[in-house]
Amino acid sequence: MAEATRVAFGRALARLGATNDRIVVLDADLASSTNTKAFADRYPERFFQLGIAEGNMVGVAAGLALAGKIPFAASFACFLAGRFEQIRVSVAYNRANVRLVGTHAGVGIGEDGYSQMSLEDLALMRSLPNMLVLQPADAVETEAAVEYLVRHEGPAYLRLTRQKVADVSPAGYRFECGKVVVLREGRDLAIAASGAVVGHALAAAELLAKEGLQVAIVNVHTLKPLDATALAEWGARTGALLTVEDHGIVGGLGSAACEALSETGIPVRRHAVLEFGESGSGEALYAKHGLDAAGIAAAVRRFLEDVRGARGPRQAARRGRTG
Amino acid sequence: MTAGTAEEVARLRPIVRRLREHVIRMIAAAGSGHPGGSLSAAEIVTVLFFHTLRRRTGDPTWPERDRFVISKGHGVPILYAALAEAGELPVAELETLRKLGSRLQGHPDRVALPWVEAATGSLGQGLSLALGMALASRLDGNRYRVFCLLGDGETQSGQVWEAAMASGKYKPEKLVVVLDYNKVQLDGPIKEIMDPEPLAEKWRSFNWNVRTIADGNDLGQVIEALDEAGRGGGPWLLLAHTVKGKGVSFMEGKWAWHGKAPTAEEAARALEEIARHG
Repeated sequence: MAEATRVAFGRALARLGATNDRIVVLDADLASSTNTKAFADRYPERFFQLGIAEGNMVGVAAGLALAGKIPFAASFACFLAGRFEQIRVSVAYNRANVRLVGTHAGVGIGEDGYSQMSLEDLALMRSLPNMLVLQPADAVETEAAVEYLVRHEGPAYLRLTRQKVADVSPAGYRFECGKVVVLREGRDLAIAASGAVVGHALAAAELLAKEGLQVAIVNVHTLKPLDATALAEWGARTGALLTVEDHGIVGGLGSAACEALSETGIPVRRHAVLEFGESGSGEALYAKHGLDAAGIAAAVRRFLEDVRGARGPRQAARRGRTG
Repeated sequence: MTAGTAEEVARLRPIVRRLREHVIRMIAAAGSGHPGGSLSAAEIVTVLFFHTLRRRTGDPTWPERDRFVISKGHGVPILYAALAEAGELPVAELETLRKLGSRLQGHPDRVALPWVEAATGSLGQGLSLALGMALASRLDGNRYRVFCLLGDGETQSGQVWEAAMASGKYKPEKLVVVLDYNKVQLDGPIKEIMDPEPLAEKWRSFNWNVRTIADGNDLGQVIEALDEAGRGGGPWLLLAHTVKGKGVSFMEGKWAWHGKAPTAEEAARALEEIARHG
């Protein structure tokens, strides 16, 4: 059943609130959108509505954490990332146990347009030394990630979708922080995908299978710390690693993979958003940015053509995929 | 002033003098730092540490301790001085201020030094942290109080007013803010940079209890204000009129001494003055 990861988050939070009274939730006038409302209705004394003042929300969350609470502070991902200075000092430098929850990630939100789309948050959050960065791919993984976050020690960022995403997690799924999930094996190329587009990558693999290409799909729910060993292994096993994400081309999963694999000699290519977003349906935007199944399949074909034809640098330059 | 207060003033007077001396010595040894805003808050921090705060020496993580958040993080030398005087740090360690490997970071770091309740230094953030702690205290039955030292310049920051508004809404009864109104910031007089007045009216309009301390460098006045606010009924804003660089005549009211270390010769003169008038 397709479901937005923000919905799974809200359900998990309301459930976990019953068993752990250290959990507190902070909101900046988006509880109905981030789905913290169910928690607010059940545990009003542990819910803090701070109005449209995210910088203060982040700081108050840090204060609550330093006093022993487990705060989840939720807003649109772009509005949290916009309070980087508070996150940097009040949360990260303090090693405060704050869980920042950024919903409405990427161009997938659609009609609201760029000002509500977060395309830079992963770059910012990854840059902080002790920040855990999670981006689950579906509802099951989100619920498991939220459960994990209750017991995690240290600051964390959880990136969620506005839109429904397909179920991709295997039956009997267990979330293991810092480890990739191999959703499909393949020998021709490996796709490392994260978040909303994991389902699209699986669909792309189906398309490519019909052409005789066997593409492995690796779900990277933990962007930091990155499971570099697994990415190197899958890159080496298939000879090419394509990263796919609904985030700007700079600083997200693609950058993380390049940083980790830069000395391995494994060809890595980043497939992500190259410009500001805009209004339109989420589907139309995914098609425009090549992040739907057809677009991802096309990126795989181009990459394989370049790798196998050893024409990588010229092709890459012509396509301008440098961010 | 009551007889009890007069007695406390007599007890605290030599302590505040030693705190000033520590500030001058450690900043001179570091070769950089912020003497002006450390000296203006000397009485406030002395009263907090040696009269007001419920704390246990040697136990920085005692759950029921009162919290002190120094939002004006550049003024941290006065906190280090108080910790040394309270026996939490060896006095000799003050000389390591700002040096590589020291627990005494240029701006407070709670991980390096556990008596620091929160890292600050990016101005405007401390009140939000203090509010979070005060809300946590209330959830836990108001077991401790939260005191926050705010700089006057940082009230130019929007986040301070976000936190002020949220405090006015949630009314954490155990939150006390002391505003060190020393009238001078890095680039010049606050009135010229960005005049925050009318300050008392602003805080009142955000639903705070406001008490003005006419002379925030007068121990008796600081004691009486903190005694009242410390009993509850917060959020409290104590607007303490102070003098930047207080106690060192050539630093008093001078913006040039916001963030400059005295030379050895200047430090000697400063120490002589503090000893004479202290």
